[in-house]
Amino acid sequence: MVLLRAAACAVLIVLTITVQVGLFAHLSIAGVVPDLVLLLVVGAALARGPSYGAGLGLVAGLAIDLAPPADGVAGRWALALAVAGFLAGLVRGEARQSVVATVATVAVTSFAASSLYALSGLVLREPGVTISRALEVMPIAVGYDVALTPLVVPLAVVAFRRLDPAPVRW
Amino acid sequence: MRPDPWLSGRERSDTRRARTTLVLAVLTAVTVMTLDAGTGDRSPVEPVRAAVGEVFGPVQSAASKVTDPVVDAVDALGDLGGLRADNERLEVEVARLRAELATGQVARNRLAQYDALAGVTEGSGFELVAARVVAMGPAQAFTRTATIDAGSGDGVEPDMTVVEAGGLVGRVLRTDRHTATVLLVVDAESFVGGRLGRSMELGFLQGSGDLGDDGLLAMDLVDPTVVPAAGDTVVTWGSRGGAPYVSGVPVGQVVDVQSSAGDQSVTTSIAPFADMSSLDLVGVVVGAGPGSRSELSRVPPGGGS
Repeated sequence: MVLLRAAACAVLIVLTITVQVGLFAHLSIAGVVPDLVLLLVVGAALARGPSYGAGLGLVAGLAIDLAPPADGVAGRWALALAVAGFLAGLVRGEARQSVVATVATVAVTSFAASSLYALSGLVLREPGVTISRALEVMPIAVGYDVALTPLVVPLAVVAFRRLDPAPVRW
Repeated sequence: MRPDPWLSGRERSDTRRARTTLVLAVLTAVTVMTLDAGTGDRSPVEPVRAAVGEVFGPVQSAASKVTDPVVDAVDALGDLGGLRADNERLEVEVARLRAELATGQVARNRLAQYDALAGVTEGSGFELVAARVVAMGPAQAFTRTATIDAGSGDGVEPDMTVVEAGGLVGRVLRTDRHTATVLLVVDAESFVGGRLGRSMELGFLQGSGDLGDDGLLAMDLVDPTVVPAAGDTVVTWGSRGGAPYVSGVPVGQVVDVQSSAGDQSVTTSIAPFADMSSLDLVGVVVGAGPGSRSELSRVPPGGGS
C-alpha cells in the first residue's frame, strides 16, 4: 500500500510538471507560466500538514530541477517548494476556513517560492538571474498562480486526502 | 498555551515533527545544489538528470500529441472572436467552415514549415532530423530552454545545431532516448560565433536572457572599429567539426547599433530570425555537409526572414 501511494504521488507530480511545461507553454504571459506544481504542493500541505508539505515540495522540486527542459544547478526549485509546502502546512488550519484564506496562502507561498528560487540563483551566480528581472517576473507569476488556485488546489486537497492512510475528520 | 481550535491533536504533533522535516528538506536541497554547482558535465547529478529525462521525455512527447489539437482549436476560436460584429447567420456559417478548415489549415501550415525548413539548408549538404518542440522552460526559471521530441534514438547528440525555417534556434544541451533539451540562442548562457553578411566581419553573439518574446542578441565584434549597418544579416561563423554550431546558418538581423565615444566600443543588437515565442517545427543538424568549414564566406540561402 505504501508503494502504491508513493506511485500515485509520483504519477501526480509527473503529470503536473508535464502540463506546466507543455500545455501551459502555449498559455504563458510574457513567458511566465503558472506554477502548477506549487499549487499541488500547497494542496497537499493543506490536506496533510507541514511535514508532508515540505517532503512533497522537496521531491516535486527536485523533479522540476531534473526534468527536461530544465537547465542549471539542481536543487533550487526543491529548496523553494520545500519551504512553500512547510509554510502552507503551518497555516492550514486557517487556510481551510475560506476561499480568501486559501488564495492568500497561495499568494504568500508563491511569492516565497519564487523569491527563494531567484535568491538561490543570485547566490550561485546563475546566468540570466537579475533582481530587476525577478521583480518583473514575480508579480505575473503570483497573479497567475492565484488565478488558477480555485481550479487546482481543491483537486489537490481531495487527491492527497484520499492518499492519506489515516484521514483526520474535519 | 491555549490549544488552536482548528487543529486536531495529530496535527499539533505534526507541526513539531514538521520542523525536523523542513530542516532535512532544506539540507537535502542545499546538498544537491552544492554537488551540482560548478562541476559542469562531471556533476554527480548528471546521471540522475539523464534518468529523470528518460521518464519525462516520452511523457512530454505523448502529452504534446494530445494537447496540440486542443491548442490549435483554441487558436481557431480566437480567430472567430473578430467576427462578433457580423450577423448570427454569418457567424454560424463561418464557424462551420472554420471547423472544416481548421485541420486542413494546420496540415498545410505544417507542410509549408517543412518546405521552408528544407530551404534553410538546401544546397549546404546539412543533414537534418525534424523535431517538434514539446515543452518550454518558464520565464520564472530565468533560462530559455526547450524540449524537442527527437533524442539519441534519432541520432541527436549534445552540441548539435538546431535550426528553424527562419534561422538558428540554438544547440542541443543533452539528450535522452526520445527527447533532447535545447539551449535557445536568446538564453543568457548562449554564445554563438557570427559573421556579418555585408562586411564579413566576425563577432560573438550573446543571448540577453530577456524573458519576454522580444529577446535580442548582443554582438561583440572582434574588430572594435567596425560599425555594422542596421538591417545587415548575421550568419553563424561555425566551429571546428560543426559543433556546437555549423557555419552559414542565418541567425538574425542588426536592429540597433549604439557606439559610445568614450571607450570607442560598439554595442550591436541582433533580432533573431527564429521566432522563439512560437517555436514548433525545428531541425537538428545531424550531419554537416562536406567542406562546411571551408564555406565560411558562402552567402547563406534564405538570408532573410
